[in-house]
Amino acid sequence: MTLDASSLQVVQAQDRRLRRAHRSTGASVALHATLIVASIISVFPIFWVFVTSLKPDARAVEPTPKLVNESSLDNYTRILAGEKGDFLAWFGNSVLIALMTTVLGVFISATAGYAASRFRFPGKRGLMMSFLLVQMFPFAVLIVPLYNILIALGLNGTSIGLVLVYCTTAVPFCTYMLKGYFDTVPADIDEAGRVDGLSPFGVFWRLILPLAKPGLAVTSFYAFLTAWGEVAFASAFLSAADESKTLAVGLQVFVQQNRTEWGHLAAASILVAIPAIIVFYLVQRFLVQGLASGAVKG
Amino acid sequence: MRRFLDRYWYAYAMVLPVVVVIAVLVLYPLAQGVFFTFTNINEGNIANPVLDRPASYDVVGFKNYLNILSGGESYGAFWDTLVRTLIWTFACVFLHYVVGLGLALLLNRQVRGRSFYRVLLILPWAVPAFISAFAWKYMFNAQYGIINQALRAFGLPDPVWLGQNNWALVSVIIVNVWLGVPFMMVALLGGLQSIPGDLYEAAEMDGATPWQRFRHVTLPGLRSVSSTVILLGIIWTFNMFPVIYLVAGPNPNARILVTYAFERFFSGASRDYAIASTYGVLILSVLLVFATIYRRALRKQGEVW
Repeated sequence: MTLDASSLQVVQAQDRRLRRAHRSTGASVALHATLIVASIISVFPIFWVFVTSLKPDARAVEPTPKLVNESSLDNYTRILAGEKGDFLAWFGNSVLIALMTTVLGVFISATAGYAASRFRFPGKRGLMMSFLLVQMFPFAVLIVPLYNILIALGLNGTSIGLVLVYCTTAVPFCTYMLKGYFDTVPADIDEAGRVDGLSPFGVFWRLILPLAKPGLAVTSFYAFLTAWGEVAFASAFLSAADESKTLAVGLQVFVQQNRTEWGHLAAASILVAIPAIIVFYLVQRFLVQGLASGAVKG
Repeated sequence: MRRFLDRYWYAYAMVLPVVVVIAVLVLYPLAQGVFFTFTNINEGNIANPVLDRPASYDVVGFKNYLNILSGGESYGAFWDTLVRTLIWTFACVFLHYVVGLGLALLLNRQVRGRSFYRVLLILPWAVPAFISAFAWKYMFNAQYGIINQALRAFGLPDPVWLGQNNWALVSVIIVNVWLGVPFMMVALLGGLQSIPGDLYEAAEMDGATPWQRFRHVTLPGLRSVSSTVILLGIIWTFNMFPVIYLVAGPNPNARILVTYAFERFFSGASRDYAIASTYGVLILSVLLVFATIYRRALRKQGEVW
C-alpha cells in the first residue's frame, strides 16, 4: 500500500516536471516578447550610432531622421585615411595601452588574489579593506599629485605611466573577483601539486591559473575596458603630440566648440567600439560563471 | 623577524606588486590630496615646472570644509547636491537590481535562443562609456533626437530632456540604468545557476506556489551575490562621473557630488584643486559611513562578510 502511494507520487512529480518544461504557448510568447523588447532597447543606441555613422555630418541632424540618407562609407574612409588626425597611430596606442593594462593588471591581481585566497598572513584583512576604500574615492581629482609622482618617476608622458595609473583602477575589483574565484578551486589541488614537488609559485602558475580561466576572462574584460575608453587620465598624462594620443582623447577633435561633426564622430565611435566588442565576444561565454563565483565568495 | 619572514614570504612576495602599485599611485596621492583640502591651491598658485614657478599657495585650515558644508550655491550647494546624489544612487541601483534580476530570471529558463539574447543584453557593458554617452546625447536631443521624434509621432509630449529642469536627472538615470543592468544581470544569472535544482523540486513537492518558490528559495539563494553587487553598485553609482558629465554637461539639475568636483577641477582658468579635493574627501566620508552601516546590518542578519 505504501509502495503504491509513493510510486503514485513519483508519477505525479514527473508529470508536473513535464508540464513545467512544456510551458503554455501564451507564456512562451510573453517570455520571448519581453526578451526581444529588452534586446532592442539594449542594442538600439549602438545601432543608431551605426546608422548615423554612414550619413554626412549635415544629414545627421535632420528634422525627420531616416534610416538611410545619402549614406556611404565616406566618413570611415576619411577617418582611416588620417584626414582628421592620425587615427591609426591613436588606434595603435590604445591597443598597446589596453593590452599592457590587461596583462599587467590581471597578473598582479591574480598573484594577490591567490595569496589572499590560500594564505593567512598579517595585514590580509587590511589589504582587502583598502581595496574597497580605493573604490570610494574619485581618483580623477588626484590628477595633480599623480602627475607629480609620474614626473618624479620619469614616467610622465609615457604609456607605462598611464598603464600603471589604469592598474590602480582595475586591480581592486580584479583582485576581489579572482580571490572569490580561487576560493572555489579546491585546496586539495594545491596540496597534490605540493606533494608532486611544485613550489607554491609553481602550483599557482601551472595548476591554479589554468583552472581559473572564467575568472581570468572576466577580469581581463574588465581591465581592458577600463583602459580602452578612459578620457580624463589619458588627456592629462600623455604628451599633447597628435601621434601619442589614444583613441578616446583623439576623438575629442570631432566635438568642437560650435559644431559637432556628428557623422564623423559616429563613425569614429563605431571604430572604437569594434575592438571592445570583439574582446567581449571572446570572453562572453565565461562571463556568467566567472563573475558569479567571484561575487558569491567575494 | 627571521621566522616571520620564513613563514610568510611566499604570501608577501605575491601581494607585493599590488601593494607597491597601490601605495605609490594611490596612498601617496591620496595623502597629498587630503593635504590639499587644507590649502587654497589652484591653477594660479601651484608649482609649475614648465614656467619654473614655485608654489605659492597657503594653508587655510578648515575653510574649504566650512565653505562647502555651509551649503552655499557658489560652492556647489552641498546639501541639495547630496540629496540629489542619494536620489540618483538609489534610483539607479534599485532599477539595476530589479531589471537585472527580472532579465536574469527569464534567461535562467529553458528558452530557445538563450545565448543569443544573452549576448545582445550584455552588449551595453562592452561599449566604452563615452560612446554610449554620445549615443544617448544624440538620441535625447530635443529637436532632432530620435526619442522626441518618436514621442511626437505618437502625439505624446516631447520634453526638453537635457535642459534646465528635472528631466535632465531623469535622462541621466535612464542612461545609467541602460549601462548598468548588464553587470547586475550577469552577476545574478550566475547566482541563480548556483542554486541547487533540488531545492525547487522540494519546494514544489511541498506545494509551494511560484511566488513562494521565488520568495523562499530564489531570494535567499541570491543573498550573498546580492549583498556584494549592491554594495559595489552603490559605490560605483555614487562616483559615476562620465555618464552625467558627458551626457548632461555641467547642468546643475543633473549635478551630483562627484560631477561637481570635476566641474571645479576642470572649469576654465581657475582650476580649483582645493575644493575638488575637499569634495573628494567628503564623498569618501559619506561612502565610508554607508559601508560601515551596511556591513553592520549584514552582520546582524548573520552574514559573514
